[in-house]
Amino acid sequence: MPVSWTLLIVLALAAVGYVVTRARAIAQAGGDVRRLHSRPSYHGWHAALLTALPALFLIAIWRFVQPSAEVTPLTPLALLLAAAGLAFALIRTAPGFRARNAVENMVKGLLILCSIIAILTTAGIVFSMLFETGHFFQKYSWQDFFFGTTWSPKFGGGSQLGILPLLWGTIYISLIALAVSVPIGLFAAIYMSEYASVRLRSVAKPAIEVLAGIPTIVYGLFALITVGPALRDWFAQPMGLGSSASSVMTAGLVMGIMLIPFVSSLSDDIINAVPQSLRDGALGLGSTQSETVRKVVLPAALPGIVGAVLLAASRAIGETMIVVLGAGAAARMDLNPFEAMTTITVKIVSQLTGDNDFAAPETLVAFALGLTLFVTTLVLNIVALYVVRKYREQYE
Amino acid sequence: MSDATIEGAPRATQPKSSLLVADPHTRRRHAAEARFRAYGLGAIVISMVMLVVLLFTILTGGIGAFRQTYLEIPVTLEDAQLDKNGNRDPADLGKVLTLTYGKLLQQSLEKVVADKGIAIADLSAKDLSGLISKEAPARLRDQVLANPDLIGQTITARVLVNGRIDGYYKGRVTMDSALRDANTSPAQLQLADALKAQGMLATKWNWSFLTSPDASDQRPEAAGVGIAILGSLYMMLVVLVLAVPIGVAASIYLEEFAPKNRWTDIIEVNISNLAAVPSIVFGILGLAAFINFGGLPQSAPIVGGLVLTLMTLPTIIIATRAALKAVPPSIRDAALGVGASRMQSVFHHVLPLAMPGILTGTIIGMAQALGETAPLLLIGMVAFVKNFPSAPPEGLFEPASALPVQVYNWTQRADPAFIERASGAIIVLLVFLLCMNVLAILLRRRFERRW
Repeated sequence: MPVSWTLLIVLALAAVGYVVTRARAIAQAGGDVRRLHSRPSYHGWHAALLTALPALFLIAIWRFVQPSAEVTPLTPLALLLAAAGLAFALIRTAPGFRARNAVENMVKGLLILCSIIAILTTAGIVFSMLFETGHFFQKYSWQDFFFGTTWSPKFGGGSQLGILPLLWGTIYISLIALAVSVPIGLFAAIYMSEYASVRLRSVAKPAIEVLAGIPTIVYGLFALITVGPALRDWFAQPMGLGSSASSVMTAGLVMGIMLIPFVSSLSDDIINAVPQSLRDGALGLGSTQSETVRKVVLPAALPGIVGAVLLAASRAIGETMIVVLGAGAAARMDLNPFEAMTTITVKIVSQLTGDNDFAAPETLVAFALGLTLFVTTLVLNIVALYVVRKYREQYE
Repeated sequence: MSDATIEGAPRATQPKSSLLVADPHTRRRHAAEARFRAYGLGAIVISMVMLVVLLFTILTGGIGAFRQTYLEIPVTLEDAQLDKNGNRDPADLGKVLTLTYGKLLQQSLEKVVADKGIAIADLSAKDLSGLISKEAPARLRDQVLANPDLIGQTITARVLVNGRIDGYYKGRVTMDSALRDANTSPAQLQLADALKAQGMLATKWNWSFLTSPDASDQRPEAAGVGIAILGSLYMMLVVLVLAVPIGVAASIYLEEFAPKNRWTDIIEVNISNLAAVPSIVFGILGLAAFINFGGLPQSAPIVGGLVLTLMTLPTIIIATRAALKAVPPSIRDAALGVGASRMQSVFHHVLPLAMPGILTGTIIGMAQALGETAPLLLIGMVAFVKNFPSAPPEGLFEPASALPVQVYNWTQRADPAFIERASGAIIVLLVFLLCMNVLAILLRRRFERRW
């Protein structure tokens, strides 16, 4: 590959630049390093950075702007730039030259560049989705998308792409997941911070954190092969509520298990942040421990817990693998929790895997769904972070 | 004494309450207390039971993937069939199709059945030939092509058997289910039992699950996670090379150099929000930016690695900033005091001291990336890949799979034998994650310093 060869040559040039310039600086000082403003290695680094950085940026930008074109003019251009940088650095080398300051400024520039990548990622997410969503709304009216109650994509035209059934499935599953995870997570956190002995805490806390480290595909498989069939055989079929292994209940329950550690560790932090003086006051007035928790600690921690629940909700809405494997693919608006339903994330996956035709609304709709998902979770996160931060300030 | 003032009041003959006997109200309160504790304990027990059930079902379901049933039969590799010209020319040998090897195996099996006097009622020719996996002829062919001297000899070939037979010895298939199954029959299972009695058929440890590539829908017995492991490894390589330097650099700037102004505020809010963006959104970004706009190939580890890099960056930045923050200001002040520049104080003193924390955060971020599935589905990693990618850097641009995606892929197949494979792949994934987390904990234990 020509590009990787160019890269190697540029890096080799930079290494040569380091050695040569360093030697040159020492020679100019007549072997007495104290006569230099900066230590010799800074002179070397100055040359190496000047050689490598411009050429590397050129290669990166070139690859990004026209990635498929053959790179014939790139190699000589990059090498020329590298050589020019090296020559410039050599000329600049002098005992009085402030090489350290120059190097530090360049390094600082690099650091700033790296921290801007976070912004660029967000911008990339927003623009890539806005762009394709714009295309989608040119081909499909936004009223039908946001208020349509039927989801039936047909490759070949005439498909109905209403988001409401997907939104309903997403909300239903998330509500079940929260109904499972919030009580369990909250009680686990309360018990661990208010009651548990050191020994129990040292076992239970890592065990619950292990749940958080398990990849979601594992939960998905668990839903598919264990929870789904069990719910169908023990609940849905005996009660005549359906015969589908993948259901809202399956996905919701398993997602609830996944969210337990999330809720419990956040609430644990928040409960621990409640000042001990509040507890002491309540206990001193004669309330039992549970009364202290229910009437003093929890109300004081409530805003933070609400924030934790919101964060958990945003996790639940954006979760993909559990619903792909556990909830089914049928878009439907129903109240029966043992019926298969589908979510926004499932449909993003199903519309974008396989051969995509980026002119068809059936493919482009995935970007509109993604944007909806992104905006929803973003709003939830911002509100949650605001609430949590506000609450922390209260006791600082 | 103040008691005197109430002397005239009627005294109760019995005390209304006693410190020794709890009154109903106190009893209620104590019962509520006990209930409350029980709820808390119950919540912890439920979550631990869930963890155990989850791990237990995956482990018991997947352990079978590491054992595989093989048939060992003598096969005579005849010149007449495999090398008509008799010159061992690789070009000529390559022209002999897999079909020929299939016939060869079938004849050998028929011979064995006849020699050993195995007689089973209702055994059709299809049952007999179907005992051997469809993958077996291809493997025998590869073996011969790699070593043409084998031709003319009689070798003991170790061949895979059909997934149904394999399932029979793992308890997935029974005589009853075989009756209703179009792909096997009780007679075939009896034949397998007879061969087992002769010591020719055995279920053994299966290394090829870890090394072989994925196999098509009809041959679950041959499917392995080799390419998936390699693909995941390549992606982790990309993440390590890109996310760690960028993440550490960004954190150093934000923590040590950034002025407190609106611009850095925006960056900070941005990073904490990026950490909570659903992973599938990163998949959409990867599809739109790297594949559609950047023109990178689909299903390539480089694209997966880039997407995972963007996804892990916030995690690494948050962990690194915490580690930098934990280094006390006195270290910085001392360095500045003896004349170091700010850059020198950071790179020579603060960063080395923060390194264990940074490494721990990085490993945990990478463990997260290793288990991520959803974004990889969107960039085409679900495609069926049969050939191993070459070594990096070229291999980064060739199609590969990834462990979690391979799991998803196998759950979408019809044959139930693939569920066992999927659980097996999850065991491999969990072992990798466990190693990474243990490494992180060890690093923290070994190097953690408190000031």
